[in-house]
Amino acid sequence: MSCGTKCTVQEMRKAHKVLAEYDYELGKVERGYNNRTLYVNLSDNRIESKAVSQEMKDIFIGGRGFGLKLLWDAVKETTKWNDPENEIIISPGPIGGITQYPGAGKSLVVSISPLTGAIADSNVGGYFGPLLKFSGWDALEIQGKAQADVIVYIDGNSGKVTIEDAPDEEVNSHILAEQLTEMYADSESDKRNVSVVSSGMAGQHSLMGMLNFSFYDVRRKLARLKQAGRGGIGTVFRDKHIKALVVKFSNVKGDSNGPADIERIAKAGLKVHKELHDYDDVQCRMRKQGTAHLPGIAHDYDFLPVHNFRYGSHPEARKVTGIVWEQLFTQGIPDGCWYGCTMGCAKAVDNFMPLTGPYKGERVTVDGPEYETISCCGTNLGIFDPHAIVEINFYVDTYGIDSISFGTATAFAMECFELGLIDKNATGGLDFRFGSALSVLEALHQMARGEGFGRIIGQGVRRMKKHFAEAYGADAQLLADIGMECKGLEYSGYVSKGSLAQQGGYGLTLKGAQHDEAWLIFMDAVNRQIPTFEDKAEALYYFPMFRTWFGLNGLCKLPWNDVEPADNAETDEPAKVPGHVQNYVDIFSGVTGREISKEDIIRMSEAMYDFQRLFNLRLGYGTRVHDDIPYRSQGPVLDVEYLSRADKYDKELKEAVGFDPEGKTVAEKIHALKSYRKDQYEKLKDAVYKRRGWTPDGIPKLETVKRLRIDFPDVVALINKHAK
Amino acid sequence: MITVNGETYPWQEGMTVSDALKACNYKFPLIIVRIDGRLIPRDQYAVQPVEDNADIKAFHLISGG
Ligand code: SF4
Repeated sequence: MSCGTKCTVQEMRKAHKVLAEYDYELGKVERGYNNRTLYVNLSDNRIESKAVSQEMKDIFIGGRGFGLKLLWDAVKETTKWNDPENEIIISPGPIGGITQYPGAGKSLVVSISPLTGAIADSNVGGYFGPLLKFSGWDALEIQGKAQADVIVYIDGNSGKVTIEDAPDEEVNSHILAEQLTEMYADSESDKRNVSVVSSGMAGQHSLMGMLNFSFYDVRRKLARLKQAGRGGIGTVFRDKHIKALVVKFSNVKGDSNGPADIERIAKAGLKVHKELHDYDDVQCRMRKQGTAHLPGIAHDYDFLPVHNFRYGSHPEARKVTGIVWEQLFTQGIPDGCWYGCTMGCAKAVDNFMPLTGPYKGERVTVDGPEYETISCCGTNLGIFDPHAIVEINFYVDTYGIDSISFGTATAFAMECFELGLIDKNATGGLDFRFGSALSVLEALHQMARGEGFGRIIGQGVRRMKKHFAEAYGADAQLLADIGMECKGLEYSGYVSKGSLAQQGGYGLTLKGAQHDEAWLIFMDAVNRQIPTFEDKAEALYYFPMFRTWFGLNGLCKLPWNDVEPADNAETDEPAKVPGHVQNYVDIFSGVTGREISKEDIIRMSEAMYDFQRLFNLRLGYGTRVHDDIPYRSQGPVLDVEYLSRADKYDKELKEAVGFDPEGKTVAEKIHALKSYRKDQYEKLKDAVYKRRGWTPDGIPKLETVKRLRIDFPDVVALINKHAK
Repeated sequence: MITVNGETYPWQEGMTVSDALKACNYKFPLIIVRIDGRLIPRDQYAVQPVEDNADIKAFHLISGG
């Protein structure tokens, strides 16, 4: 029986009703794998074990690859995000869980996205993935929908999985993660062995819900949170009535991942630990500032998003540079989100007191802010007050909202308000001009309650564009130009107007406008290393393929290139950090016993990259038209934008376009530049598709999938169907 | 005149690599500098002179992102 809202953790647990129980034999991880995955169906409370074949390991590798394979087998081409057969799959990959190399504890989450309708993948820290693996499972696959809120608990000590009715726990993550950590740990010292996955109140009232993965911080004595942010997987989670997933495993050791050659891994790890120790303070200061070192750099190089990506810098940006965050973050505590991560960039603001909302006046620890939150929820909204940014950060996290989608969608709404496309009638009375931090926070609280204008923002930019045009008669073309989404996913925090390659880095992607495939602004716009279409296409081949590999293996991208080996400058291709690429070859072989080369890394990734592209195709997406991007990401839409960089744009018109700007109106110049730049982007698509072995419509060719050994009968049938 | 990543900037007597990077507003910590193809060690940026007409490549590595 329910004990109400004010019950103790013991009373909450008593109120749990066990809906299903499954005992399994504990195993031992061998060479990074258990060779089985865990299947949970919440509609009929079925729990099963599935075998992992050698072919699955060889081709799909693990992590995101396992997620794609399991989801492919589970859904139909008509499946929508909120159909019961849609799944959430969490998998750490074969390397995930080693403690000798920094950044090796990531979980990969895959589902059909509510925002895009296609495949969402997200890479997240915290302990869940590794503890899941050490509990005996290479992936957790959840299908179906529960009737009321449930918790799935995996006890990796005794070998038991339960589905439990969970009526009384909080939904918001900063409280729920604490409650469940306490509930399932035997003692204070046991808390580090528990990890919780949760979302929050806004996760269930929007399409941009995210998942928080916890890791217990023994020094702060609290459950910290890392986010699987992109694509709205938290919304799928809450739609399935999952309150939380909990795993417990109490015996993490240096060899828990069963590596083939632990010495080889340790040797590679030692090199990077030493680099971090010796150089981080003079390189990126990740250990003190985390990714918050970036806003100042982004401002200096004109790619910090300001006012819905109109501008790339702002005089007030100095208020949010790295040193400001270094002072706000608690220093002297190792902030790794998995054991052995000496980069330790998971910084936090402790003893923070929110000034608004349900937790107003309480003291909380805020995980972050990271660069994306500072840029998307701060500067892009015209908010340069660090306290306001930390408060938004706190609430998006605990409410289970992707800070990038929230920030970019809010920036769009603010610009529409500024341009008079919507007014206070639409915002429910909120003053939505840039810089209105209190209005942004109010919209966020509304989103958590499923009310008002906050609920509208929570539908994302794509649906807001339609709504503003239909309900308020707003100019649809203008909305299309300034609405910063691609494939339905909101842009992350970099202004790409100055770099054609980065426009491709946002548009020629699998899941939408996220920079995690290729970040090419420096190579392209500053270094001018990749001037031709072929050069750009090569970069848009290599980097997405290389970075996909992190997601197959449970790795964090940051230790790859946010610290640099001493001899990196002397290598042929320093941008690729060849020394670290060799480390990855060594740790993969050291874990799995499978000898690979650096070329194999690209081959493994390419197979999964193209498989995901084809999965999108199967769901009705994944063609050329879906790689279109809003013009704001390509060039200036408004007069003020053009005028802010007039010299640059005039020069381009004269030298590249062959259009004399002399005596022309700003509108005429914008028009000429727009035609030129849009044409350039189409040419980039051609070059990239060719390099990737795809048709001009952006579909992997039969010969490509054969080369990649993903020519399964249903894949071939899909390609043939589209060829017709 | 010096050229940095294809753009020209005024040269000054006694100019060092650090001065040249400053002239371009290049503040990123992970920059690899080559002058006329010759690699300059990072710890020499403050003292390494830059001659008039030098062709400088200042390669910013990727980070963040
Ligand atoms: S580098 Fe940062 S985000 Fe990556 S694993 Fe380490 S602490 Fe976590």
